[in-house]
Amino acid sequence: MTLAVRVIACLDVDAGRVVKGVNFRDLRDAGDPVELAARYDRERVDELIFLDITASSGSRSTMYDVVERTADQVFIPLTVGGGIRSTEDMDRLLRCGADKVGVNTAAIAEPDLLRRAANRFGSQCIVLSVDARRCTGGMATPSGFEVTTHGGRRGTGIDAIEWARRGAEMGAGEILLNSMDADGTTGGFDLELIGLVREVVGVPLIASGGAGQAADFARAAESGADAVLAASVFHFGTVSIGEVKAELSRVGLPVR
Amino acid sequence: MDRPDVVVLDYGSGNVRSAVRALEHVGARVELSGDPEVAEAAQGLVIPGVGAFAACMESLRAVAGPRVIGRRLAGGRPILGICVGMQVMFERGVEHGVDTAGCGQWPGIVDRLSAPVLPHMGWNTVDVPGDSELFAGVVGERFYFVHSYAARSWGLRSDLGPIAAGEVAWATHGEPFVAAVDNGALAVTQFHPEKSGEAGLRLLRNWLDRL
Repeated sequence: MTLAVRVIACLDVDAGRVVKGVNFRDLRDAGDPVELAARYDRERVDELIFLDITASSGSRSTMYDVVERTADQVFIPLTVGGGIRSTEDMDRLLRCGADKVGVNTAAIAEPDLLRRAANRFGSQCIVLSVDARRCTGGMATPSGFEVTTHGGRRGTGIDAIEWARRGAEMGAGEILLNSMDADGTTGGFDLELIGLVREVVGVPLIASGGAGQAADFARAAESGADAVLAASVFHFGTVSIGEVKAELSRVGLPVR
Repeated sequence: MDRPDVVVLDYGSGNVRSAVRALEHVGARVELSGDPEVAEAAQGLVIPGVGAFAACMESLRAVAGPRVIGRRLAGGRPILGICVGMQVMFERGVEHGVDTAGCGQWPGIVDRLSAPVLPHMGWNTVDVPGDSELFAGVVGERFYFVHSYAARSWGLRSDLGPIAAGEVAWATHGEPFVAAVDNGALAVTQFHPEKSGEAGLRLLRNWLDRL
């Protein structure tokens, strides 16, 4: 294996500001996504994801400006997700300087969106974001994992593993797999979930949700993830990009 | 030093903004244009490209791309092809069973890589010829790739006298493929220098330095 395991930082952006807490002492303005993106770039992050969590459609357009300003200064791959409903939304983000676009809810409502997007822009820039959680109560899917929407608050009854497989088949060039059970716990990634999806998809797999320490990232990569993502542990400085890469390297995985 | 004039060929292909910004960042005066005359006249021409080979060739023909490329190279005027902008320089591309004629500057076929995970997405190492001008200062660095298709062999022979064989750099994903070629006025990279951080910017600067 010569391809490096990618270490990705995710920034939640609301109305042009990074939210969910960022705690860097040397930043003038920890809420500015462009400044934070540049900071992670200097720390040799391999890729960035902006998640647009803007609730009102009115301030959606500020995201285009954020993407443009980031693309002017930061020369590494940038994915933008959140609230993307159509190929027109995707086109606009790609023209602003995004390299890839992430879709979640819209693809569940209308799976053909994946096919149309892949035909128009190429699979390589379509990321299917799968928010999966373990089935509880009366709900059951064949794999025991269910797709959720609205940040894990709403179940769909769709089998998460089958959905990832089908999404890749329909044109997604990459799967962003987020464990809603592990998310925010800092107890480690859901390795079983990663392994199950790895078995059925031949496109790159990004593991997300649950990162707490450097060793967690290495375990996710060893379970089959091509890329590992975190948000708050990087923002709060619990673990640095460099520490994650050192640990990946220590267990014999290639890094940039 | 004067800032070199570079045209990034605009033929409706994906995220061209990144290429424009990266070239500006390393000191070029950049114009985004789909006008064949402007593309012919530029000091340096960059041909980006994402998506499918067949679609790219169709869009390229719509702006007289093959003619522009041919005329520039006949006159020794530099071109940098990136990703699918590299692939179209070969004779043919085969995607989803569709066999499409390329610009034919080099012999060879672009087809699907054989690897467990595709697209080949991420930062990979490149095996660079020792004396490469294009890679000066970045030998051993990783570059960012995003593609499923590639030239898996290099067919230009070096024993034909005056034809320069070109410096060929290789990378491996499942199998070896051509990662970059520096051949007279025509330089290409399968990876995205405009998305490869400091290493990519240095490579672009190296290319600008010869304009």
